[in-house]
Amino acid sequence: MTTTISKVRNGAEESLKPDLLLQMHDLMLKARVLEERLIRMQKQGDGFFWIGGPGEEAFGVPLGMLIHKGEGPAYDYLHLHYRGSGTMLALGADPVDALRQMKSTASDPYSGGRNFASHYSARKWNVVPVSSPIEVQYSMAPGTALAQRRHGGSGITIVTGGDAGTAEGDFATCLIWSSRKGHELPMLIVVTNNQYGISTPYDGQHGEKRIADRGAAFGIRTLTIDGNDPETSYRAISQAMDYVRKERKPFLLEAMVSRLYGHSSSSGANYIEGEADGLKLFEDKLIARKLLTRERADLMATTFTEELLEAGKRVREEAPPSPEDIWKHVFAEHSVAGAKKGTRS
Amino acid sequence: MSTMVQAIRMALHVGEERHGVTDIFGEDVGPPLGGVFTQTQGLRTAWNSPLDERGIVGAAIGLALAGSRPVAEIQFCDYAFNTIDLLKLAGAMHWSSNGDWSCPMVVMTPVGAGIHGSIYHSHSFDAQATRLPGWKIVMPSNPRDAYGLMLSAIIDPNPVLFMAPKALLRQKAINEGEEVPGVPSDDRELSKMIDAPLGDRTKWRPRWPDTPDLLIPIGEARIDRHGHDITVVTYGRHVQICRKAADDLAGEGIDVELIDMRSLHPYDWVTISASIKKTHRVVFVNEDTEVTNFGEHLLRRTIDELFYELYAPPKVLAGKHIPGVGLADSLEKASVPQLDDIVQVIRATARHEP
Repeated sequence: MTTTISKVRNGAEESLKPDLLLQMHDLMLKARVLEERLIRMQKQGDGFFWIGGPGEEAFGVPLGMLIHKGEGPAYDYLHLHYRGSGTMLALGADPVDALRQMKSTASDPYSGGRNFASHYSARKWNVVPVSSPIEVQYSMAPGTALAQRRHGGSGITIVTGGDAGTAEGDFATCLIWSSRKGHELPMLIVVTNNQYGISTPYDGQHGEKRIADRGAAFGIRTLTIDGNDPETSYRAISQAMDYVRKERKPFLLEAMVSRLYGHSSSSGANYIEGEADGLKLFEDKLIARKLLTRERADLMATTFTEELLEAGKRVREEAPPSPEDIWKHVFAEHSVAGAKKGTRS
Repeated sequence: MSTMVQAIRMALHVGEERHGVTDIFGEDVGPPLGGVFTQTQGLRTAWNSPLDERGIVGAAIGLALAGSRPVAEIQFCDYAFNTIDLLKLAGAMHWSSNGDWSCPMVVMTPVGAGIHGSIYHSHSFDAQATRLPGWKIVMPSNPRDAYGLMLSAIIDPNPVLFMAPKALLRQKAINEGEEVPGVPSDDRELSKMIDAPLGDRTKWRPRWPDTPDLLIPIGEARIDRHGHDITVVTYGRHVQICRKAADDLAGEGIDVELIDMRSLHPYDWVTISASIKKTHRVVFVNEDTEVTNFGEHLLRRTIDELFYELYAPPKVLAGKHIPGVGLADSLEKASVPQLDDIVQVIRATARHEP
């Protein structure tokens, strides 16, 4: 049931259209530049902590492009981990908002200055608040999928996490709750496997060769792919989503990715040589296919870097939350979820 | 006359018929059993979950985020301890998203000792629960309050923890005003209507009495007994025990004002502080372990705000700080406050001369 990396790569693949490839490249590049800006901000004292997803763009961007975006159970729910900037940009998030969260401004739309960078939340797009524990999303995700199973239609729940987090019981919860006979849930269960939990390598912590293999015991369809290749990612996510949308059953997708700036600012956040860089590899490919030039790619990066630099200067002047804001939103006055069912934004 | 467990069941029925409850679930919650205490028998939306408390709380959060109205059960609060970070997550959902998301869900769980439940069916959860900001916490002491607090929990836009004192679940209303309105006065008639039969239940359907939308506001205490000499503040199972203590002490000329908190958070400081200002003496009683006990918070606030009102040192009477409640009758009685302990502390505090 598990398809290996080589099978996907060698399988009959229809090629993706040039426009789509260039759109993916644009978003991947922007996601990378954004993360590098966030890292710089933190290093320059414009933020307390950085964590994010450089190295996961080649998977996160196609994921975001394939999501049925909207609010309520008719659309896809996203339970992201904290390496989802590429996905958010592909959904249409304003990169400047990520700078606001890094700077902990009152204008930060994701948490009002309360949470770390890359801890996104957007009800209008069914993006459930990202939280720092690396496993809890795997326990919550079956809940939104239950609501979608009942709702019908093609909306699905997507949950992402890292390889280290799958050691937690919540990952087993996710496999068990999504695959109960007669109660299967429409879930795309994603593990982005970067081979590390902070400093601890995958080998020595995990006996299973592939995390995806764990799905087989539950009758869950599984696939392990090279998540550093956006074309492979796009096709695999698309196929997995088609299955989940139509069959209303879970799919476990493991994407082998890189962690290009380490775990977080706590581990230095410096570029790590020797790991596959999905953006560079993709650019080389597009240049070889004459869809892109090196000059064009460099100009895009320089332009966007300057844009974000200027945006960062403006964000620096935005007000922090006021001390009395700590009391805001301890309790909800009225329910908000589901209040506007079925709006597409 | 209904029992507390029947009251909870009727409230859940009203919740699913009139207030949008979509899922009542947990371990053994659905048919055929309908809950280990029978609290979910005959409910339309009740279903069995895997034996996985983290999954139960996680699924409830997800359902709530997706616009459903879940009531999840943790079979005994003793098994909620491995869900604490998920409970924190639910409590943080509205705040951490700066008001963008809300998480309207109910978790219900039986708590406390008093049924010889041994080490893992006797825990209290009061202190842990009140350390979950973003949650509302309720604990009824009689069927009417159980019914009305459950309905309020269901319609609340926040996560609400409904703790049911397990020793009271099968107990009928004792006093006037403790009954669920609209139920037949004949116990057997009510039982025939809503209690699942023994044996094959596949064809059984309950006949629900017509009970009203009685909403007991979360955050309002109830003065169980008015008095002038001393205030006793408690909740859950110890309301009845403290009432008996007050009856006994009335014979000695000690006039106890007994407050049933009903809500642990938010809690009714207006009622508590007004009573202390009137009696100038106070004892806080509960059965959770005494170190970092919720009663200690109330005592701290009493000292902070009412120090010069007090004629006697305020007291907390709580469970012993030991790892569990032992099974032997002698052990259980020595572990959690008993009638005699309560009488002694109230008497000493009431008679204390500065």
